Amino acid sequence: SAVSEKVRTRLEELDDLEEVGFCPHRCVCIHQDYANRIVEPNQSLKEAWSSDQKVKALKIVIQSCLFLGRLVYDRIWTMCSDSGPLPDSFTVEDVNDTAKETCLNWFFKIASIRELLPRLYVEAAILKCNRFLNKSDIQETLPRLTAMIRGIGDPLVAAYARAYLCRVGMEVAPHLKDSLNRNFFDLLGTFQQISGESVQSQLVQQRVEVPEYLTLYSPAISWILQCIAYRAPEPLLMEMMERCKKLGNNALLLNSVMRAFRPEFVAARAADFIGMIKDCDEAGFPKHLLFGSLGRSLACADPPESERLTILNEAWKVITKVRSPQDYINCAEIWVEFTCRHFTKREVNTILADIIKHMTPDRAFEDAYPQLQSVIRKILTYFHDFSILFSTERFLPFLDMFQKDSVRVEVCRAIMEVFIKHQVELTRDPVILNAMLHICKAMHDSVTDFFICVALTLEDERRSLALLIIGFIRMVSFGRDFEQQLSFCVEARATFCNLEPVLVQLIHTVNQLAMETRRVMRGSHSRKTAAFVRACAAYSYITIPSLSNIFSRLSLYLLSGQVALANQCLSQADAFLKAAVSILAEVPRSISVEGKIRSSESFLLDFISNFLATLLVVPDHPEHGVLYLVRGLLNMVQDYTWEDNSDAKVRVYVSALPLLAAMSQETYLYCIPKVDSNETLYGGDPKFLSELNKLCETLIGQILDHLKALGRDEHSARRQSALAFSLFGVLLAHGDLRNNKLSQLAVNLWNLSHKQGHCETRISVRTLEYIKHQAQQPDMTHLSDTVQRLALQSRT
Amino acid sequence: MSVTLDIRLKRANKIYHEGETVAGVIVLVCKEPLQHHGISLNMEGLVNLQLSSKSVGVFEAFYNSVKPIQLISSNVEVAKAGKIPGGKTEIPFEFPLLTKGNKVLYETYHGVFVNIQYTLRCDMKRSLLAKDLSRNCEFIVHCQPQKAKVIPTPVNFTITPGTLQNTRERSLLPKFLIRGHLDATSCVISQPLTGEVVVENSDVPIKSIELQLVRVETCGYARDATEIQNIQIAEGDVCHGLSIPIYMVFPRLFTCPTLETTNFKVGQ
Repeated sequence: SAVSEKVRTRLEELDDLEEVGFCPHRCVCIHQDYANRIVEPNQSLKEAWSSDQKVKALKIVIQSCLFLGRLVYDRIWTMCSDSGPLPDSFTVEDVNDTAKETCLNWFFKIASIRELLPRLYVEAAILKCNRFLNKSDIQETLPRLTAMIRGIGDPLVAAYARAYLCRVGMEVAPHLKDSLNRNFFDLLGTFQQISGESVQSQLVQQRVEVPEYLTLYSPAISWILQCIAYRAPEPLLMEMMERCKKLGNNALLLNSVMRAFRPEFVAARAADFIGMIKDCDEAGFPKHLLFGSLGRSLACADPPESERLTILNEAWKVITKVRSPQDYINCAEIWVEFTCRHFTKREVNTILADIIKHMTPDRAFEDAYPQLQSVIRKILTYFHDFSILFSTERFLPFLDMFQKDSVRVEVCRAIMEVFIKHQVELTRDPVILNAMLHICKAMHDSVTDFFICVALTLEDERRSLALLIIGFIRMVSFGRDFEQQLSFCVEARATFCNLEPVLVQLIHTVNQLAMETRRVMRGSHSRKTAAFVRACAAYSYITIPSLSNIFSRLSLYLLSGQVALANQCLSQADAFLKAAVSILAEVPRSISVEGKIRSSESFLLDFISNFLATLLVVPDHPEHGVLYLVRGLLNMVQDYTWEDNSDAKVRVYVSALPLLAAMSQETYLYCIPKVDSNETLYGGDPKFLSELNKLCETLIGQILDHLKALGRDEHSARRQSALAFSLFGVLLAHGDLRNNKLSQLAVNLWNLSHKQGHCETRISVRTLEYIKHQAQQPDMTHLSDTVQRLALQSRT
Repeated sequence: MSVTLDIRLKRANKIYHEGETVAGVIVLVCKEPLQHHGISLNMEGLVNLQLSSKSVGVFEAFYNSVKPIQLISSNVEVAKAGKIPGGKTEIPFEFPLLTKGNKVLYETYHGVFVNIQYTLRCDMKRSLLAKDLSRNCEFIVHCQPQKAKVIPTPVNFTITPGTLQNTRERSLLPKFLIRGHLDATSCVISQPLTGEVVVENSDVPIKSIELQLVRVETCGYARDATEIQNIQIAEGDVCHGLSIPIYMVFPRLFTCPTLETTNFKVGQ
């Protein structure tokens, strides 16, 4: 890359300088020069420094050192061999003289850096380069650098230098444990400095509080201890602990010990640690941090069972006394895990109550949402039984602290997700239902308020919340208490009126409820159940108009109408179907499907076909005329503004013909038990039949007019052919071709569809075969005459 | 027409000892064949002495005439007048590093008043119109490591206000006690100087502890001490009672083992 190229040329310039002459000051300059080049970390270093994050600044320096170390190492590594790069497992013998010489030069130059700190850091940074020279060198260098740190007067700076050296040491020579220990003991040895005059006067000067100052040490000391504790045998850890005990002002060390040592080690001695924490000086390192560190260990490893309650009591005694809400919640949040792991809802409740008590004054919770959310997460990890969870008194009041909309939605969502995942059985537990309704409502309300301004961009979010609520609704069951279930749906509708998918689900639930009632009553309703299913129908009838999606409305009207019909609620069914017909005119020509604008035509045609199939079994309303609904539908179709150049309207007419044919049969193809359809109503009344015939004639007339119109334009020949063929198909299947006129019409249609050569020959051939086959059936012989007159189009 | 002339030594570190052979190649790179009037290679070791300002005055006339002392010199003709082909030409060479008579090969040393330097110079003579080409290359001579093992003699030191020499008002000084030791008084030049220092007590906070390497050069009657390098071993108010390591690597070019000759001396 460009950067590494730059660095390479810079390093090569360094080499040129070697020839100019060796000058110690020059080297320092180069180092600074180099640091300047890395502008970015430099900038962040300045920022960190000015924003009073000294430790962060130090970390950036350490990062830069590591970076330099890596650069130097990689560069020498590439010099090592003329024939391709060395394997990672190279030995000193593989390294050529030039590489060795360059490497030595680096060490010599660094050795002459005047200032202690840069010399120390840079040499530590390139410690790994010792591999190019001699294996034993690292073994000698590490202790030397460790001793060198003793020269750093500022104990904080020294602590971080040690941490850095340990870090490098662990990377380069992880087996050299002695230096790690040495570093730690030296650190302990210089601990007296913290309380010494120099440091104390400096703190006064800079107006830094002692506890705050002490916490600055924590990361460094923890790191060193972590290096030591890594795979360390138990006795060593014990020894380290003893040494810490002996020192005064040991809270800082204690903290690091708890953070760095294996959680199992800490957990096994938790009672000891609590004792030590108690013995610590009040004015020094903050105690809540100590308990925080202990809590973190106990969150991953378990202390002996007999001690657990004592531990919790002792810890909470201290935590509850922490004044600053931030400090308090940081510590409390850690201990929630321990509490949830080992105790029951009683203890968790106590802790929740305590947190509410601390975080409510002055709306302190506003600054602690992440921690509070983490509390909820931890509880949800351990409590999957929602009847227990929601009967925990303070759980819902705890949720009330999430007052920022986005956070509340997130928390509610987390709870919902766990609920849906872990609630396996249907439930009617009022505790769960109330709480879940409360949570869902909170989620619903904040979403709807919030979305009015953010509008459609978060449509996905809305949908996923709706799915969660639907998941909950599906888990609710009152068993045979159908009325209760219906009143739950009524309540839910009122609560979630702004989430359409939820309303859709509720309508489905209620329809299912009606069908379930029918099943239980084996199809014969009593007075009471009949009233109940009517109530269900009423529910749907009221709810459907509030949906904005027209196709949802249409399909739900149809579905609810079918359900009403199945439950012998004739006037309700009529109302549903009438409603569906009456809104057909509102269907827009294009709709948005998954974000794309598409023509609605195919959806509409599908719906109408489906609707027509239902109409067969719907008996005419006594107060309205014959075929009231069919006529109504066809009128709507005629008045609807279809797309220009579309055959949709005529297609509907074609598909209405089979319905009319079916209606004229003596016995209908299907019927609904306990519902008299038109077949019984009219019993083959000739007046009814002639009505049907008139209607068919009108439709066919319309279709033929349209075919004629298509014939006027060359471009629509293909459409004409397809339409003519489909009408031919309908006549063949549903018409009585013994009628000469009809038979002649069929032949004409066949010829028309084949006139321009747009028919698929394969389909034509198969149709002919079918007709020939049919003609062999008894009563169908007349077809053989017809088939004679059907010619295949010639292949020219 | 471009041509480059370069001398490349076989050893990457360019360090040689007496009795060894200085070997390498002369590298000529040119695009087209090149006419020349002969190439020669010259090896030379010189001691350059310079006047110290202290000596200027009484003996000015005498010292001004100090001439470089030649330690070694040899010359070979690498190629007779002729043509070298285009491209890269490498001509190997070897010089035995041997003195004539009783001359001693001193170690390479770059000081203020004393300079001991060994160079290889390659000259290419060319026609009147083209410039002659020349290239210098320094190589470094180290003495053979001492055969006899030196047993280090550690030395302890204590620094108090009382032990300071370059101060007038001793009563104004704060009280302090610094103790320590050096592991050896005479060191092997290739090994670092080591020891420890302990601040036992100090009334005022310590700002810095530094280690200064000083060389002493004598030309004739003038004795001059100059600083070579300064290394900080402690920064800030170090922990009292804790031993701080003393450690310094000698910069090889600017130091040499203590050396005494009739004309000049270098010591530390």
